[in-house]
Amino acid sequence: MTEAVPTAVSAPETSATPAAAGEATRSARSAPALLPPVDVLEDASGITLYADLPGVPRERLQLQVEGDQLAIEGEAVIAVPEGTEPSHIEVDLPRYRRSFTLSRELDASQISAELSHGVLRVRIPKAPHLQTRRVAVQVG
Amino acid sequence: MVRTLFARSAPPEFTRDFLTEFDRLQRDLSRVFEPSPSIRGLARGGYPALNVGTTPTAVEIVAFAPGLDPASIAVDLDRGVLSLSGERAPVLPARSDEKTALHLNERFAGRFRRVVSLPDDIDPQGVAATYREGVLRITVPRRVAPQPRRIEVQ
Repeated sequence: MTEAVPTAVSAPETSATPAAAGEATRSARSAPALLPPVDVLEDASGITLYADLPGVPRERLQLQVEGDQLAIEGEAVIAVPEGTEPSHIEVDLPRYRRSFTLSRELDASQISAELSHGVLRVRIPKAPHLQTRRVAVQVG
Repeated sequence: MVRTLFARSAPPEFTRDFLTEFDRLQRDLSRVFEPSPSIRGLARGGYPALNVGTTPTAVEIVAFAPGLDPASIAVDLDRGVLSLSGERAPVLPARSDEKTALHLNERFAGRFRRVVSLPDDIDPQGVAATYREGVLRITVPRRVAPQPRRIEVQ
C-alpha cells in the first residue's frame, strides 16, 4: 500500500503565475487545518520526514517546494453513512497543513515522497558536494 | 507559520500554528471544566484519535491510526466495551546509527489501547472493521428498536 507521491517543485523565478491562480492558492492555504505531527531525522546523506496524515488519499495530498519552503497539505476523506449523529469528536477538521523552511544544503530537486497507511515519508537528500566530510585538523 | 526542518532554535510549543494552539488550549480547558467526565476518562489527544457517531441502525467508530500493520490491530468487544489496541514502532530503531539525529519527534510510538463504551442495543455478532489510509473504521450494528406498544391493564 505504498504509493509514490508526485512533488511539485517550482523555482522562485518561475513564479509568474496568473493572479487568479495565486488567489486560489492563497484561499486554499487559509482554510482552517490541523497541524499533523511529524518526525524529522537527519543522517549523513539527507533528511527524512514522516508525517501522520490519516485518511488522506494520494490524490488529495499536495507536496510543494517553492523556493526554500516545503509545504504539505492533505485533505482527509472519511465517508460515514448519511445521518450519522456525532457523539464524540476528536478530529474536527478534514484538512492537514504544515510547512517547513529547508536549509541551503538540501537538494529540493531530488525530493521523493511516498504515502503508506496514512503516513507520508519525504526524503530530501543533501547536495552531493555538501555531504558529510571529515575535516582533517592540521597541527603545526 | 513556518519552521525550519532543523528546528534547533525554539521549542516546538512556541512556533506552532496559533489557531492550533488555541484549539489545544480550548480542549485542555474543557477537560478541566468538564463537570462529569466518563469513568474511563476518554482522554483527548491520545493515539489513535477517535470520532464516534451513531445512526438509528449502527454505531460508527473512526480511529485515526496511521502507520499500523493491519494484522497487528486488535479490536475486542467485551460486555459492551469496545477496545482497540496495538503497537506502533518508533521511527528510529532502538540501536541506531549514532550519525542519525532526530530533530523532531512528535509522532506517537509504542503500545496503545483505547476503549469506547457502546450503547445497550448493539449486536456483537455483526461488528465489521476495515483499515484504509491509516483510518480504522468500525461499524457496530444496533438491533432494530421494537415498535412501541401499549400494554393492556388487567
